[in-house]
Amino acid sequence: MGFKHKDIIALRDLTKEDIELLISTAESMREINSRDIKKVPTLRGKTIINLFYEASTRTRTSFEIAAKRLSADTVNISPSTSSATKGETLADTALNLLAMKPDIIVMRHAVSGSHYFLSQKVPCSIINAGDGAHEHPSQGLLDMLTIKDKFGRLDGLKVAIVGDITHSRVARSDIQGLTKMGSHVFLAGPPTMVPPGAERLGNVTVCPTMREAIQDADVVIMLRIQQERQGKTLMPNAREYSRYFGLNPENLKLAKPDAMVMHPGPINRGVEMSSYVVDGPQSHILKQVENGVAVRMAMLYHVCGGELAE
Amino acid sequence: MNLLIKNGRVIDPSQGIDDTLDVLVENGLVKEVGKGLKAPAGAETIDAAGKYVVPGLVDMHVHLRDPGLEYKEDIVSGTRAAAAGGFTSVACMPNTKPVIDNKAVASYIIAKARAEGVANVFPIGSITYGSHGERLAEMGELKESGCVAVSDDGKPVVNSELMRRALEYARGMGILVISHAEDLSLVGEGVMNEGFTSTELGLKGIPSAGEDIATARDVMLAEYTKSPLHVAHVSTRGAVRIIREAKARGVQVTCETAPHYFSLTDEAVRGYNTNAKMNPPLREADDVAAIKQGLKDGTIDAIATDHAPHHIDEKDVEFNVALNGIVGLETSLPLSLKLVEEKVLTLSQLVEKMAGNPAKILGIDRGTLKAGAVADITVIDPAAEWKVDAEMLASKSKNSPWLGEKMKGGAAYTILGGKVVFKR
Amino acid sequence: MTTEGTVILDGTGVKRALTRIAHEILEKNKGVKGLVLVGIRTGGVHLAHELAARLSEIEGEKVPVGAVDITLYRDDIKGHAEHLPVGKTEIPFTLEGQNVVLVDDVLYTGRTIRAAMDALMDHGRPTSIQLAVLVDRGHRELPIRADFVGRNVPTSRTENIQVMFDAANKPTDVVLQK
Repeated sequence: MGFKHKDIIALRDLTKEDIELLISTAESMREINSRDIKKVPTLRGKTIINLFYEASTRTRTSFEIAAKRLSADTVNISPSTSSATKGETLADTALNLLAMKPDIIVMRHAVSGSHYFLSQKVPCSIINAGDGAHEHPSQGLLDMLTIKDKFGRLDGLKVAIVGDITHSRVARSDIQGLTKMGSHVFLAGPPTMVPPGAERLGNVTVCPTMREAIQDADVVIMLRIQQERQGKTLMPNAREYSRYFGLNPENLKLAKPDAMVMHPGPINRGVEMSSYVVDGPQSHILKQVENGVAVRMAMLYHVCGGELAE
Repeated sequence: MNLLIKNGRVIDPSQGIDDTLDVLVENGLVKEVGKGLKAPAGAETIDAAGKYVVPGLVDMHVHLRDPGLEYKEDIVSGTRAAAAGGFTSVACMPNTKPVIDNKAVASYIIAKARAEGVANVFPIGSITYGSHGERLAEMGELKESGCVAVSDDGKPVVNSELMRRALEYARGMGILVISHAEDLSLVGEGVMNEGFTSTELGLKGIPSAGEDIATARDVMLAEYTKSPLHVAHVSTRGAVRIIREAKARGVQVTCETAPHYFSLTDEAVRGYNTNAKMNPPLREADDVAAIKQGLKDGTIDAIATDHAPHHIDEKDVEFNVALNGIVGLETSLPLSLKLVEEKVLTLSQLVEKMAGNPAKILGIDRGTLKAGAVADITVIDPAAEWKVDAEMLASKSKNSPWLGEKMKGGAAYTILGGKVVFKR
Repeated sequence: MTTEGTVILDGTGVKRALTRIAHEILEKNKGVKGLVLVGIRTGGVHLAHELAARLSEIEGEKVPVGAVDITLYRDDIKGHAEHLPVGKTEIPFTLEGQNVVLVDDVLYTGRTIRAAMDALMDHGRPTSIQLAVLVDRGHRELPIRADFVGRNVPTSRTENIQVMFDAANKPTDVVLQK
């Protein structure tokens, strides 16, 4: 019944039972966030380092609040990318951080798989706050919690994920998590943004058009389009992208009437989603953010939590 | 110093020999191959019963990192690794510091190898000055100073006009051009083969089309200029097909593959294993099958290791940051012997691809046991079982994807010019 | 879990004890005004509902019942090993100015009660906290004492006391396991 992992690096590494446990713990954690004294002493005396090689205000803040609500001490370190490439290696940085005796390192890094590398170098727990285009497990878990809040279950749902699948760690974690829990994921995006073998990632169908992906969907997850990343070769421009792969009140009607709409943020209004949808009644985007803290509390608790004395 | 190798299974495709015979070496040359030879007085005798006696193996594609990058490998450690792997001759690529684009560097390598090495070292000069891909290197003088081919290995000659001129000019100088076939715009920031594995690991992929296109271009230029071309480290089914078709049309093209391309797939990258990171990258099962077919039907002429030593600091890092390449000299023989076990190649074909053919392609007088030839001989123990152990590897670098794995078969004796330079 | 043991309090005994505790609570608090019950997960919650039913039966007025999960307040969380699932804390009413009766099934070292009191304090400032337990088995490690006790049972540390519940979460009996 317990959670046996020292690290949480990828939902691919977790079982269905692990995911269920994390989500149910997150549900219990929410109670703390709703009261006046939003703090429990669980991780008192533990030190958590937030090591962010990529800027991310919302994920880092969310992890920091989660740690503080569990009474852990937190340190934020954001090595500037330039000094990181020129100077100290990740391994050396990690060894230096060990001098602070951290219990958990929460890391975001641009290189896929760097958390596995780090976990071989340090004895403390590692939590992945996003690595390259690999995984973003806390986002995957908070997406699942948000979906469970609405439907009361995570199996038998039709979930559409639309956008740049190739470069999306959110998509990979969502696919790993949701298909493990028994839902069917439908992907859509321009073929320049759908990686080879995507249909083998789980119970996944790659759709030729966005229309087919969102038809009768229970959940529509829109991914962020970054002009910088998709550059000049993956799409002509934002305008054309939005015309064929943007979510608006019109095409949202294809989904089930009570379908929920989600987005990992930050949103490019008018590109992947129209403001009418972002702020509309089917949007669960702010719920996602709120659930982020509870999910991250659950992750911190379970990697650092308790062996019970008799 | 004379030597008699008795009762071994002598395999020499250059003479059509595959029989239990004795080999007599006198004054560093092969004196005679025959039955029941008598050892002259004072000759050392090696009992090779149950072993294969073959022409000293030739690896036409290694990186010795000397001069300039001796912290990874040098001529002494590199030739020791060669000897331990059964190789008596290696051809070393020019991406040293400085690049082998002039007589001085080539002469340094040859002199150092003669003085301190335990294998013949044949330098390969660069196609372009500094391998910058801008203007032709002095191929005439490179050849005169002992280079056996030219290549900008590590990177392609991007400019097609320059590649065309290189092929033409090299033909005039009588030196072979070796192509590193890679379309850099398709490789982009890729770090492993593009496919399901790269999708799952979230690593940027290198499409096989990049190698196919570059191979096709160079083959077409060789055809157009009527010049010989050798394609290095073939790894894709597409490149095998293109070369097979070109050979059928009579294009003067030869090619090599490396043991990792017929032994591993991109699945080996799982766990973000930087010792499975190389260029070209490990491909998929269909490519491995095509490589084996290419070896079997003669499309692929040679097995070369692309021995690429890197320091642990260059490999024990995040996957994207790690350098490309693996050491290969000491694992090539057992991995290649598996092809015989799997009936991809006969023993004789294997010896051709590891000795006779590479010698022929480079135009060096090795790869044969004919009377009068230099006595470079490898005695192979096909039954030897051993474990790839970092401590045991002769190479300075330990970047092998087979660390900790068991190997079957290896050199029992490596004999260079009649002298035993390695003994298991 | 359910190894054979000696029944030290049977179904009737449990009912009697609960009824007596209910009367004691009323007596001490002079009715149910400003009174709330909070059970400790999981056994304590079931017993709190039992007590609430008896209180409203006697007084004709409903008594609010909450649940507290003390996992996050434990003092024995260590290292990384197996990690306990966290139960839900549900206190859908204010504790400010209330007399809280904390309910648990077995009182042992007192550490659970300490954790539960810390949890309650984080929810507000009650006028008082009283403690009701079905069984007090001794071996206290903290200066904690119950206000209402169903049965005192002297035990050794190697023994185990288990309050059994049926499928409807009604207490059936109390078992001593060696």
